Amino acid sequence: MYLKLKPSYLLKGLFVVVFTIVLLLWEIPLGGFVEGIVDWIVINLGWLLDGISYLLESLVDSFKTSLLFLPALWMIPVLTGIVVVISNASLIRARAPPAEYLQNLSLSVLAFLGLLLIQNMGLWEMSMATLALVIVAALVALGIGVPLGILGANHDRLHAVLRVLLDFMQTMPSFVYLIPAVIFFGLGDVPGIIATVIFAMPPAIRLTTLGIRQIPKELIEVSEAFGATPTQKLIKIQLPVALPTIMAGINQCIMLALSMTVIASMIGAGGLGYQVLTGIQMVDIGMGFEAGLAIVIIAIVLDRLTQNLAST
Amino acid sequence: MIVFCTFVLNPYRIFSIHSIWNVFLTELLSFLRVILMDENEDHIKKIKIDHLIKVFGPKSLRIIPLLKKGLSKDEIFEKTEHIVALNDVSFEVCEGEIFVIMGLSGCGKSTLLRCINRIVEPTAGIVSVGDVNVTGLNPDELREIRRHKIGMVFQNFALLPHRNVRENVAFGLEVQGMATDERLEKAEKTLQLVGLDYYGDSMPDQLSGGMKQRVGLARALASGAEILLMDEAFSALDPMIRRDLQDELVDINEKLNRTIIFVTHDLDEALKLGDHIALMNEGEVVQIGTPEEILTNPKNEFVERFVADVDVSKVLTANEVMKKPEPLLPITAGPHVALRLMKEYGISSIFVAARNRRLMGLVVVDDALEAVRSHKTLEEILIKDLPSFRVDTPVSEIIPMIADSRYPCAVVNEEGRIEGIIVRGSVLAALGRSGVDVFEA
Repeated sequence: MYLKLKPSYLLKGLFVVVFTIVLLLWEIPLGGFVEGIVDWIVINLGWLLDGISYLLESLVDSFKTSLLFLPALWMIPVLTGIVVVISNASLIRARAPPAEYLQNLSLSVLAFLGLLLIQNMGLWEMSMATLALVIVAALVALGIGVPLGILGANHDRLHAVLRVLLDFMQTMPSFVYLIPAVIFFGLGDVPGIIATVIFAMPPAIRLTTLGIRQIPKELIEVSEAFGATPTQKLIKIQLPVALPTIMAGINQCIMLALSMTVIASMIGAGGLGYQVLTGIQMVDIGMGFEAGLAIVIIAIVLDRLTQNLAST
Repeated sequence: MIVFCTFVLNPYRIFSIHSIWNVFLTELLSFLRVILMDENEDHIKKIKIDHLIKVFGPKSLRIIPLLKKGLSKDEIFEKTEHIVALNDVSFEVCEGEIFVIMGLSGCGKSTLLRCINRIVEPTAGIVSVGDVNVTGLNPDELREIRRHKIGMVFQNFALLPHRNVRENVAFGLEVQGMATDERLEKAEKTLQLVGLDYYGDSMPDQLSGGMKQRVGLARALASGAEILLMDEAFSALDPMIRRDLQDELVDINEKLNRTIIFVTHDLDEALKLGDHIALMNEGEVVQIGTPEEILTNPKNEFVERFVADVDVSKVLTANEVMKKPEPLLPITAGPHVALRLMKEYGISSIFVAARNRRLMGLVVVDDALEAVRSHKTLEEILIKDLPSFRVDTPVSEIIPMIADSRYPCAVVNEEGRIEGIIVRGSVLAALGRSGVDVFEA
């Protein structure tokens, strides 16, 4: 084998040489650049940041108020009912008699007892605050991530760019996201949600892209051979066939969102994370453990629920 | 009339009487030709492929001049890393015929098929369907043609896994924009046509391969397409089911009179189905003709090698003449069960198999009756010394054995599992089908 000399190789070589020289001779103020960009955004795009902030805040508040609308002992049966419905979604769709639901009630029982335990520990309001944060963050992350994933699956260029960006997002320590979030949105729930969205979005994008790209070539040919428009192809073939993988991405997204809302309490996001943080600061092991247990309960219920949805 | 007009109006007539006579003769000839060709009028050309070229690679258009210069596929790949999949392919397909494109894998036959509905975009050349130039259509017009004129059946069935059979068949109609009730009703009718009346509610993964491909066929038929493109449609099926489906395809097409382009690598399939066969090699059509012409008058060495062994009983193997191994008697059963099964299937002997369908022997009806009377076990009446064959044993070796043997023969694989059963009748039938003189063999 021999290497053919192409103009593009020359160009790449030149780039490497120049970049090496620059790195050796000049200390690049990369941190300064980023600061400059952030400053520019704060000054020039303030109106946009305010709008986003307002929108997210009202979303979280409305979820929180509706979750706390009923007293805990009323709300627990309602939430358990929702769990029963979702975990039996396939049976309900098949119009099975309600008696059959009794067969897989274990998750519903777990949810009921778990929620009761949370109420018992006096962490109800905080848990609902965390749940509201997770729901809003996951909705935003999915609302951006799934469409981006679909686009990435259908456009190779975008896919290449996205891959670099996602690698970057996933390897960057999650605490780093807290800094710009604070600068742009101050302290409180909103910057917490922003950091959570950035942290939770990658699996939604990746698994959507993966699911669509994995579809056998013949199935795509079917849609073309029968004259489907690109939209018909997406709705009738790509999304339904990729659905199990996309649902796995949604499950991952929700789980990551839950874990990040705890970290986000460092910048003032409320809920159970704040309780954990207080536990750390006061070296109160009991308080930290109780809050941690509540998070575990919520995590298990959310995880099983979304996995259930994925398998139907 | 024409003759008269030419005679009167032809400007040459003033020059000499000789040239007038010439003109008259040529006109007469062409007139006669029209009359004689008239009987071919019902063979309307449905699909026309004209000097089609397909090159894979980023700068495919630049390769065409190289092809015109006469460079070979390998030379072009060496120089430019472009792959020439189709090189100057031309043929015509008549309405209502089954046109088979045959060749070894990688010869470009699937690419050629996909060029017809432009799932693969041809680099140069013209594809016409009816009087429409497909290669010149814009995306919207192309979509309309694909929806209403051209259906496709795929090698690996390509059924949508999340839809039941009826919805799968209705897919083409759904894409056309037909209302739900109407399209499901039409899908049901098409399912009846392919013999799957009661399977509308099944999911694709509940069906066997043969049934899946019936669904694939129904899907292509349901949209009302005049042209069916079938890409190795039966290649993934086992031989017996494949034969059934081939017969059925011919039957269905006698009813519906669609134009079918069928891609296969299997010569037997091509000979059985094709009204015309195009034999391809290395992206070029080597020979086009009826099966008879291909067999009797191979154009060059390649075709000759391709068809070399056909038409002799040596080519037919046990695979082609065996039937399903049914019924099989479990070794654990007794003589009573054996009798019952023989009665049910109307046979006088039955194969006995251990678990995993491993061949143990044969029981004949007389022995079984005797066993029932004298309380013998199955083991004692088992005939173990049986001739057995592999699936690739040529029929020519089977015929003498089966002629001497009183019992049917079993076809087994390496581990001794029963793959099929051969009885005298099925050998004779298979030979009859392929036109071999049985007595000579």
